[in-house]
Amino acid sequence: MAMKRIGVFICHCGRNIAGTVDVKKVAEEIGKREDVALATTYIFMCSEPGQKLIEESVKKYNLDGVVVANCSPTLHEKTMRNAAARGGLNPYRVEIANIREWAAWPHEDNPEAATRKAIRIINATIEKLKANASLEPIEVPVVRRALVIGGGVAGIQAALDLADAGIETILVEREPSIGGNMFRLSETFPTLDCPQCILTPKMNDVAQHPNIKLYTYSEVESVEGFMGNFKVKIRKKATYVDWDKCTGCGECLRVCPINVDSEFDLRMAKRKAIYIANEQAVPLKALIDENTCIRLQFEKKVKEGKIKPKKNVKICSKCADVCEPNAIHFQNNEEIVEEEVGSIIVATGFEVMPAEAFPELGGKYPDVLNSLQFERLLAPSGPTAGIPRRPSDGKVPESIAFVHCVGSRDPQSGVPYCSRICCMYTIKQAMLVKHALPSTAVYDFYIDIRSNGKGYEEFYHRAKEEYGVNFIRGKVSKIYKVGDKYRVQGVDTLTGRIVEVDVDMVILATAAKGSEGVKDLAKKLRIPYDEWGWLKETHLKLKPLETPVGGVFIAGAAQFVKDITDSVSQGSGAAAKAMALLSKPQLEKEPLLAKVDPEICAGCGRCKDQCAYGAISIDPVRHVAVVNEALCEGCGACSANCPTTAIQVVNFKKGQIIRAVDVLAEVF
Amino acid sequence: MSEEKFDPVIVGFFCNWCTSAAADLAGTARLHYPPNIRPIRVMCSSTVDPVYLIRALQEGADATILGGCHPGDCHYITGNYKARRRVAIVKTVLKSLGFDDTRVLLEWISGSEGPKFARVMNEYTSYIKERGPCDFKYIDSLGGD
Ligand SMILES: Cc1cc2nc3c(=O)[nH]c(=O)nc-3n(C[C@H](O)[C@H](O)[C@H](O)COP(=O)(O)OP(=O)(O)OC[C@H]3O[C@@H](n4cnc5c(N)ncnc54)[C@H](O)[C@@H]3O)c2cc1C
Ligand code: SF4
Ligand code: SF4
Ligand code: FES
Repeated sequence: MAMKRIGVFICHCGRNIAGTVDVKKVAEEIGKREDVALATTYIFMCSEPGQKLIEESVKKYNLDGVVVANCSPTLHEKTMRNAAARGGLNPYRVEIANIREWAAWPHEDNPEAATRKAIRIINATIEKLKANASLEPIEVPVVRRALVIGGGVAGIQAALDLADAGIETILVEREPSIGGNMFRLSETFPTLDCPQCILTPKMNDVAQHPNIKLYTYSEVESVEGFMGNFKVKIRKKATYVDWDKCTGCGECLRVCPINVDSEFDLRMAKRKAIYIANEQAVPLKALIDENTCIRLQFEKKVKEGKIKPKKNVKICSKCADVCEPNAIHFQNNEEIVEEEVGSIIVATGFEVMPAEAFPELGGKYPDVLNSLQFERLLAPSGPTAGIPRRPSDGKVPESIAFVHCVGSRDPQSGVPYCSRICCMYTIKQAMLVKHALPSTAVYDFYIDIRSNGKGYEEFYHRAKEEYGVNFIRGKVSKIYKVGDKYRVQGVDTLTGRIVEVDVDMVILATAAKGSEGVKDLAKKLRIPYDEWGWLKETHLKLKPLETPVGGVFIAGAAQFVKDITDSVSQGSGAAAKAMALLSKPQLEKEPLLAKVDPEICAGCGRCKDQCAYGAISIDPVRHVAVVNEALCEGCGACSANCPTTAIQVVNFKKGQIIRAVDVLAEVF
Repeated sequence: MSEEKFDPVIVGFFCNWCTSAAADLAGTARLHYPPNIRPIRVMCSSTVDPVYLIRALQEGADATILGGCHPGDCHYITGNYKARRRVAIVKTVLKSLGFDDTRVLLEWISGSEGPKFARVMNEYTSYIKERGPCDFKYIDSLGGD
């Protein structure tokens, strides 16, 4: 029944509201309404005494509804609902009329109009409130398991923290090994630690942890459900090798006759058609690349009818022949597994643009590499054992040029933002070149050095002073081949002079972007992302790990490119967020959801087509729509499409909105 | 009614997650726009039944604005596409009945676009001021009621 004893509390907000809106007059006007039992003002409604005023008035006047006219509901709706609830009123019988952001502030130049508008907003809110029902939050059970997507350092940290807290955790990595980009690095700024030495123990912990289920070479196929209750399908890609049997001995790799570029080494080395991701891979297992394996290609063509197999022709099975545990079966063992989890952490990391994307900077030449490729050449465990060599001829370079900001801060040919880590890793790489090849000349072209981390500026000065790296403040405009060398042409912006150096190798610090394919994943998860593939947080300052989808968190470079320190911190942070969620036996959900009146529902299903969450089904027996409360998000798309008004969002019923609209539309 | 004196009534339906937040931001930044805009917060632009828009025009509004998240950004995934379709239908209906279809405006204003919110409110109010009162009321004055 419509409310008859409504309390209206008008906030002065110091002078924020009362400085413009004549709050006395508002109270007077609103007090004239028959359904209003009390209309009063107070200097700060959100203060302790302000809340007390609501609580006590509810009791004293036996209020059946409350409107608080103050600031945006995003700020104090909860506060006010709780205050009324302490007085014994159902919290869903409280509404906020936003007269600060929506009246006092934008119309501070016109107090009279602001006052009239405040009155109107309050009247409209009362009309909407009057038919609000008393509601109880809906309780949904929580599956006490977590999923981490991406096994880079951020995902590894998140998985370990969760598992240590006793939460069963599933880690999905699309590459054959976990480790991510950090595992490709040579040494790490600013400490010059060996990344493999510090990461391998963590990777092994992941593999051995009793609470972690690791799926490598796997991808998330689909995600259904909601906070506390996600159902995830994971596609384990075909390896053609039985990993339960494979011991990682590597005998097979020796005999395979096929050589192709190694993904892990970013084309700086070759691998076989049967391969192990890298020497320290976790898990250390072999898999066959179906696109290059002679046998699998042959079988595929036979299957497609492109060739007819001749009798007695032996097709390559060299790897299987030498595999002692008989692990290689050549069978397509792709599989979809289903997991239920309560929370999801996305830690899919980043990638750097390929050198080829910058032809004017010589990206097409074999000795012009991007920074991550060069990490492989500097890595002691890499293809050149840490002594950089030119890919074209294997020559040790006598001179190297580094170019910062390639594609970064450059909306024309790349991205508008600063990729944040390039200055530091370029300085590091320059230093490591000097370590490995003291007589090699190193030129470092930068626009400005951004060394804003703990120990970073000191690191930069070491490179300059101890290692004798030539830092040139300048923009490189062109790189081209001159004989055996590459000519780097640019302007020294400090002296204004044209600079030209001829070098043996060039390293481009190319812009970072979100991982390839991340947008598809984000769509499956329904989380936002930007045009460069960075996942979008709920609030950059205050909710950097949250997404608008409850229970889904982001961590590491997936949010935006960052260094290892920050990636690990975010991994732990996201794990803590997930733990807080999973530590509750039940979750409370706002009950402002769609409800069907079966008496008038025609069973036409027009609502069902509108629901983006698949929350509506048509009961085949009663032939009426049924809403699954666990899935419904309360958007109201269904109700706007229902020809009979049978389906409505509770406390946003059409009658309520129309009454409010009538007040708003009224001519002065 | 002379053009100068005409003070239009514009009802604004703003989705909770984007345009309401933009309106908050515009207020916080003390960006001024005409008080002619009379706002109501709805959860999503897709909640807005075409009936709400027509009703507002019938009851005295000279125009209506529906504000939602940018395409692809709706908090409820695809609500704004549904709203876009509905608004298109309302406009077609208005037009085919001989009414002015610019009395219904659909705008995407994200939660960070406080300045855009103020700009749209300013521009639309000026536009409606120029345009004059809504012809729905003209029918009223003919005894249409
Ligand atoms: C050239 C270079 C040098 C660097 N040097 C340093 C340094 O010296 N010091 C330092 O602190 N930082 C350095 N960094 C930065 C460092 O690499 C990052 O901070 C770190 O790798 C970020 O970790 P992450 O786990 O967030 O992302 P990543 O390392 O990118 O890991 C993401 C993981 O997710 C996986 N993945 C992606 N998409 C999917 C999907 N859809 N499904 C499943 N799995 C997926 C990827 O395969 C990968 O394993 C350097 C970076 C570069 C490019
Ligand atoms: S649209 Fe309305 S009438 Fe049709 S099935 Fe849904 S609730 Fe029932
Ligand atoms: S309110 Fe939205 S989420 Fe809920 S049933 Fe209707 S369309 Fe689906
Ligand atoms: S929530 Fe803004 S348009 Fe749907």
